Amino acid sequence: MTIAASTDPWHFALVGTPNSGKTALFNALTGSRQKVANYPGVTVERKAGLLQTPSGHSVNLIDLPGTYSLRGRSPDEEITRDVVLGRIASETVPDLLMCVADATNLRLALRLVLELKRVGRPLLLVLNMFDIAQRRGIKIDLARLSAELGVPVVTAVAVRRDGTGELLRRVDDLGVSHFGATGENTWAPPTAAELRAAQREADRIIKAAIAMPERPDTLTARLDAVLLHPVAGLAILLALLFLMFQAVFSWARPLMDLIQLGFDSLGELAHDALPAGLLQSFVQDGVISGVGSVIVFLPQILILFLFILLLEDLGYMARAAFLMDRIMGSAGLHGRAFIPLLSSFACAIPGIMATRVIDNKRDRLTTILVAPLMTCSARIPVYTLIISAFIPARQVWGFVNLQGLVMFGLYGAGIVSALGVSFVAKYFFWHERETPPFMLELPDYKLPRVRGVAMGLYLRAMMFLKRAGTTIFSMMVLIWFLASFPRPPDGATGPAIDYSLAAMIGRALEPVLAPVGFNWQINVALIPGMAAREVAVAALGTVYAIEGGKEAAAQIGQALADKWSLATALAVLVWYIFAPQCASTLAVIRRETGGWRFMWVTFAYMLALAYVASFITYHVAVALGAG
Amino acid sequence: MSDRRQPTNGHASLPLGKAPCGFRGFIDAIKVHETAGGLTAAEIENRLIELGFVEGAHVEILHEGAFARDPIAVRVNNATIALRRREAMAILAVADGHE
Repeated sequence: MTIAASTDPWHFALVGTPNSGKTALFNALTGSRQKVANYPGVTVERKAGLLQTPSGHSVNLIDLPGTYSLRGRSPDEEITRDVVLGRIASETVPDLLMCVADATNLRLALRLVLELKRVGRPLLLVLNMFDIAQRRGIKIDLARLSAELGVPVVTAVAVRRDGTGELLRRVDDLGVSHFGATGENTWAPPTAAELRAAQREADRIIKAAIAMPERPDTLTARLDAVLLHPVAGLAILLALLFLMFQAVFSWARPLMDLIQLGFDSLGELAHDALPAGLLQSFVQDGVISGVGSVIVFLPQILILFLFILLLEDLGYMARAAFLMDRIMGSAGLHGRAFIPLLSSFACAIPGIMATRVIDNKRDRLTTILVAPLMTCSARIPVYTLIISAFIPARQVWGFVNLQGLVMFGLYGAGIVSALGVSFVAKYFFWHERETPPFMLELPDYKLPRVRGVAMGLYLRAMMFLKRAGTTIFSMMVLIWFLASFPRPPDGATGPAIDYSLAAMIGRALEPVLAPVGFNWQINVALIPGMAAREVAVAALGTVYAIEGGKEAAAQIGQALADKWSLATALAVLVWYIFAPQCASTLAVIRRETGGWRFMWVTFAYMLALAYVASFITYHVAVALGAG
Repeated sequence: MSDRRQPTNGHASLPLGKAPCGFRGFIDAIKVHETAGGLTAAEIENRLIELGFVEGAHVEILHEGAFARDPIAVRVNNATIALRRREAMAILAVADGHE
């Protein structure tokens, strides 16, 4: 295992069609030794990782965005093309292109291989999911396939523990001869005639080297008969979304209580260990209760991501896009916008970044414009807190939790307003009638693998905790500072916070926000909420803790129930559906749209919606006696 | 893999966009007439080919959407592709048994 030290690492690039299991293979090969960054000047994610071959050679592996060809129809696909062709100065020209293909569905992948051959770089075809192909009785003559293509072929099972051994041994063999001679690059964007010819050639090779089973696997077709059924399919999709939100609200409870208990005891410990005074208040109210009140939402965020990851791995996401295409189309959205918008339920940032799969510029802008209206996980803490303080935990209709129902309603309001805004944008703003094509491969259903899902969850949890440790932590320190200084003058009678900077800011905003039912404590919480929505919860906690003494800190919800009217609570909930309360989202919009204009458009329309909607909510609620 | 047959040069061919759910046949020609959403006819043709819609491929309409029976899910040889009926109008197919 010491040869590697003396030689330069190899550089490999993973290329493949969507749904080829490329990411699973990348994860299997590099494990946790991954680094995610951006390509210079563009917002395409650059995923790279390290691995070692059995002979001890180091390999830098880069996972390129999935594509059907090198024509580069979107920013993602342009990156794949440019790295493969060695056009990016900061990227090493790959020593080997590994083209990943789903062994059960080779037709489109083989056409891509034929196109990649023209680049003249060493090429290896990896038949992934080979176990499934064998189980289904698909007979692949590997020698014949390799001979016909003129490319070495190796099999792999990315999701199995030892599934990449064969691939790595083959890489070592090929490495001895420097992966074969490199030829001249004769690639040029293929014409329709060339694409046709290549697909015919791929079909000929398939006929020569692959024998399909007598009785093909019909599981996917049988499942689709139900899941894509015009009525049952839509009903199931709706039921799935409903289950998802009920789960987020009720399954996470025990874990959240446990985390809350942990932070409360930690706060008590700090309280007892430190002398009374500024430091004690800083550690207990500022740091522990502040960060704790955000981390407590980790279980809910993980449950939401668990659903998204499972549905993605299962192959259901493409079906959801199919079912929703027409409905979203009537609101002026592209069917492909469904996946970015669904991701926005976790966080608008990955959602906005996922809009890159939409190649039409205006459709993409419309999707970006409405993505922040999808209820992201950072709103969950705010919703949960207010709902549990003001909405009784009753069962309605025998089986539905009323709190869960309100939560579902808030999500629903986000969705409906997103559809409304996109409708207005499409037909009044763009004046556009035509919708661009919707074409999407529906992959076979596959059982999600525990390892892949666990890895995805781990990455999300780490991202959230890192955020809690940095952005949220620093915001909490700021809030504590604003709420604690200046100190009250000697002989002051009111609570200390009344003399603080926080109170001054909150009161300064009162003339603007009093009409929607907000008190100055809410106004203070809204400001750090710009850095991260969930901080508002912790900020409220800090404000009320410093105001009301230590006992209040343990029960933010109780404090709110005592101090807010139901009308105010509802107005805050509605405010949070619409308000552009997230600086990172706005920054991503600026980056993704390449300018300030759409960031300000988003900010302005969301702020206007938030103000008007909470104004109406507050006054209707007051009129109905909830004031 | 299904047998592939020679194109039949047009007679009795039907745009896939007009075919009912359950339709089975072979692609006779790809002819894109209209542009859509800022894409040229040539670009739409390229995309259809990249998803496997080439002359001689076997197609079957497996599913259709709830509203206006749109979009459709089409089995092309061994893969399933979802597309709208409007784009499927460019795919001219001859039903099994009518070639």
